[in-house]
Amino acid sequence: MDNIICVCGHENPKGTILCGNCGRPLTDEAEKQKLLDMRYEGSARRSQTYNKSMIDKVWNFFSSVKIGVSLIVIILVAAAIGTILPQVLYVPATTETDIAAYYERVYGTFGEIYYKLGLSDLYGSWWFQTLIGMLGISLIVASLDRVIPLYKSLKKQRTRRHESFMKRQRLFGKGQNTLGDSSLLKSEEKLKELRYNVKVENGALLAEKGRFSRWGPYVNHAGLIIFLFGVMLRALPGFYVDETLWIREGETRAIPETPGFYLESKEFILETYDKSQADEVFGEAIERVGTIASNYQTDVILYQKPEDALPGDTKNLKQIKEESIQVNKPLKFEGFAVYQMDFRLDELRSMQFSLINKETEEPLGDLSIDLVNPEKTYKVGEDSTVELLGYYPDFSGFEDGEPQTKSPLPNNPAFLVKMITPQTPKGETSFVAIKQTLEPLGENEYKLAFQNVETRDVSGLTIRKDKTLWILALGGLLFMIGVVQGAYFNHRRIWIHETTDGQLAVAAHTNKNWFALKKELDQVSEIAQLPAYEDQQELETEVDKKDGEKSS
Amino acid sequence: MAQMKQKRLLIRTVILAILILAIVYTIYTNATKERSAILGVGDEAPDFTLVDLNGEEHQLSDYKGQGVFLNFWGTWCKPCTKEMPAMDRQYEVYKEQGVQILAVNIAQSNLEVQNFADQYGLNFPIVMDRTKSVMHAYNIDPLPTTLLINPDGKIERIITGEMTEQDIASFMEQIKPE
Amino acid sequence: MTLVDISGNLLFFAFVCYLVATLLFGGAVKGSKTEESASEKRWGKLGITVTILGFISNLGYFVTRWIAAGHAPVSNLFEFTTAFGMMIVGAFILIYFIYKTPFLGLFALPVAIIIIAYASMFPRELNPLIPALKSYWLTVHVITAALGESILAISAVAGLIYLLKHVDITKRTKQRFWLEAVMFTLVLVLGFVASSTTFSFMDYEASFSYVDKEEKPQEITYDTPALFGMNQYEALSPNAMVPLAEMPPIVNAKKLSTVTWALIFGTVLYGLIRLISRKSISALLQPLVKKANSTLMDEIGYRAVLIGFPVFTLGALIFAMIWAQEAWSRFWGWDPKEVWALITWLFYAAFLHLRLSRGWHGEKSAWLAVIGFIIIMFNLIAVNLIIAGLHSYA
Repeated sequence: MDNIICVCGHENPKGTILCGNCGRPLTDEAEKQKLLDMRYEGSARRSQTYNKSMIDKVWNFFSSVKIGVSLIVIILVAAAIGTILPQVLYVPATTETDIAAYYERVYGTFGEIYYKLGLSDLYGSWWFQTLIGMLGISLIVASLDRVIPLYKSLKKQRTRRHESFMKRQRLFGKGQNTLGDSSLLKSEEKLKELRYNVKVENGALLAEKGRFSRWGPYVNHAGLIIFLFGVMLRALPGFYVDETLWIREGETRAIPETPGFYLESKEFILETYDKSQADEVFGEAIERVGTIASNYQTDVILYQKPEDALPGDTKNLKQIKEESIQVNKPLKFEGFAVYQMDFRLDELRSMQFSLINKETEEPLGDLSIDLVNPEKTYKVGEDSTVELLGYYPDFSGFEDGEPQTKSPLPNNPAFLVKMITPQTPKGETSFVAIKQTLEPLGENEYKLAFQNVETRDVSGLTIRKDKTLWILALGGLLFMIGVVQGAYFNHRRIWIHETTDGQLAVAAHTNKNWFALKKELDQVSEIAQLPAYEDQQELETEVDKKDGEKSS
Repeated sequence: MAQMKQKRLLIRTVILAILILAIVYTIYTNATKERSAILGVGDEAPDFTLVDLNGEEHQLSDYKGQGVFLNFWGTWCKPCTKEMPAMDRQYEVYKEQGVQILAVNIAQSNLEVQNFADQYGLNFPIVMDRTKSVMHAYNIDPLPTTLLINPDGKIERIITGEMTEQDIASFMEQIKPE
Repeated sequence: MTLVDISGNLLFFAFVCYLVATLLFGGAVKGSKTEESASEKRWGKLGITVTILGFISNLGYFVTRWIAAGHAPVSNLFEFTTAFGMMIVGAFILIYFIYKTPFLGLFALPVAIIIIAYASMFPRELNPLIPALKSYWLTVHVITAALGESILAISAVAGLIYLLKHVDITKRTKQRFWLEAVMFTLVLVLGFVASSTTFSFMDYEASFSYVDKEEKPQEITYDTPALFGMNQYEALSPNAMVPLAEMPPIVNAKKLSTVTWALIFGTVLYGLIRLISRKSISALLQPLVKKANSTLMDEIGYRAVLIGFPVFTLGALIFAMIWAQEAWSRFWGWDPKEVWALITWLFYAAFLHLRLSRGWHGEKSAWLAVIGFIIIMFNLIAVNLIIAGLHSYA
């Protein structure tokens, strides 16, 4: 690789734009520029010097800011497309066929196309993840490519720069050295007051402050990289659990994917704002909207099975704690968290019937059937019995004469019973369902008349374990630090040189907020009577200025 | 200089390779996550203990040395109930040859399950998983799911969906002890 | 008078102050000499004083409403949007003290006024918090996000001023068209305010029954005349307007009617302005910005993004993710509001990277700043009202 040897004698790596020693422009392009591009201190951006192999080409691709910005924009547009119609996660259907049908039914042809193109599960799609992955690579490669040379150049920057460097700074002035020897001294004093680090060498002064802010972008990129890394880790087994548990009041259930933990739901509570009590302040809102929930919670007891117990063994469960799970207040244990997400009110719990003589309507007695654990025989009244021959919690019709149930949930309970009374000792068979009673073996004397139901609520809980959270938090924190570091602080440098022809040359540079730099430079100029400087880059031309433009 | 160039090329290649591999792995895992169960063929079948309709306890490890036909089911599940008579018939054939059936019912009432067993005259042990803890331990999703456990306690096969009597026979043949 | 009433009066007073301050800044901006005359400086000082007075009153509204409701007043669309408008004024005051430019006031205040007016068209009653909002994260996340967005809004104002000054009104260009389109949109918002006020003044109400997308019968009450009818509608009120067209079940015809009325009123308003003044709105406003310092506007535009971007990230993303994890068990669910917050964030990140290249300073930067604000407004208006979800305000 050919190095570039500057006039001053310093050897610069190929691709360097400004000499690392004196600051002279090394390329024709730089020579022709009125103002120098100071973004990377003129150092050779790694990727631009090595262009040979395929690997280098790929590297350069990812190092480019243009590509990075393009990736950002593509991701932005893709994400927007995912909001046109609800994503599959928010659609009330679970199986693939149901989901496809939903999009077609509710959103018509557009919905059908949206679904078929995979746009309904956009954020989980392989191509969207690939885009994010590419952005991640871009973050890493682009940062490495720039931060290393930048750090090196800023570290070994010299105090005295060549005039060709100074002349091409945005703020530059050259003129009479009115105070002679004391000009640098006075400048130094004032600059130190303004909290600059000042170095004076052989009639050249370099004042610098806020260099740390240059690292801001690289710190925030590191934060983003760590964040993305955390997101990636979720794919590994054991790092992430996401389960749903529907549990009824009074039930004890094993908590899915947790090692031996059980949950008992004691009660589900739904509270709403009471209009009479809240009338003064919230009355109007409640009247307009109707019921507004004020709180819902599930009161639970958390159990753990003993060390050596096996799944299925529910003896000897140890009670760990008793808590109320509310929104914003999940139950936490051993890295797991249980959230109050959803609920279903008034699921049937038990049904009460009366055994009645159909003709006389005389009741012989009552019975209450527990819909989760019904019994085989019920003693009714003094000397009658009802035998439960069959129980169908979610009755869905008859098939070949057999009653069917479509789920184990008591949504539509039906019973095949045999009623044995003193009058009918052989027993009568009846099929009792909601709003229908059938007598398959001939007409009966007695029937079960429905009296009442007891209901209970069901809580929908989400079980979550996320071992990646702390990594994500670290990434987020680092990002904030980096972004504050880079955006709220600036890197300012002021050079003041005694030139060979006995004059004074002044130049200044900052990476952002020229306004403030100028104010500080003005302050120093006043004290040290520095020559007037010019802002060589203005967005207006002189013509505009004459048009009566105000300075603020 | 050439050395440095070589070094840089090597570093870049390594970095890019790691990044691309990591991303591809992540995307691949996410895509196949839904389909892979946590338990696979060759894994040790998790031990458990459940009570059957007669109140007797059955612990899986008690059956070591025998092949276990572990079937998860419910009365509302049509394919489950359809295959049960066939299971019962094959059970008669293979139980002398050292194959045991454990039919794990998912959280239903004793009444429903007993009625069903009586109706079809089922002879194999039906155990009740009240709290669904065994179902979770085996990560069962669709019903019916049957696991073939060999006499050493390892899972030989996982079958989801209805089985024909022929299937059942050949499965039992597969796990009977030598 | 209850605390709520006091709160409302304070807001109204603030609103008036902002109107007056706009006129005062107008006075500071006019004048023919190049250097600021003494009277212009006085106008500017008066303008900022009245602005600050209004802002204090606005803060008063915020604090009193907080006390009255028992929670930070950012829990519904009205409260949030009003807070947003208030913070735009706050952000402007902050930037004014750095750069001392009355041009910014002349444009930032009307934007804040339009936003507060828009907010007032929505239900204003105090409402109790639903369980999901019962967390101190409500205060932290929403207020920080609103603060970040308001600072970013200032960059759009600066960009707008830049564009008004630089886009050639005399030639038929894409830029001229789009600049006027932005102006038209602002007028449409005023149209929405006008139409809502008119119909609420008339106490207009009309009920219909219809069949929703789950094929269940429902009832709905319109507060504007029904230009569009719901699926299989049937009028329940006498004298209800007969809809011009029936909509399929997925379309909320009531909202569509409201939006269409806003479009009608807004377009009429725009038409009147053009008819009476014989100029486009851009042309009308151009003389006001002739003397604005373009470099300064560009700098303010950039600086506002620099200051606002970290605040926005902190409030709209980081605090939001922390709260979502606590309340909904997942810190990110790709719901529309989260996605559009991400889109906003990505957009401003792209903006900051594009600024690295000098070619993107000046006019391009100004357009980007305006587009960024449009994205923020899309999230506030369209996502909340149309793409409803778990997260929406309405």
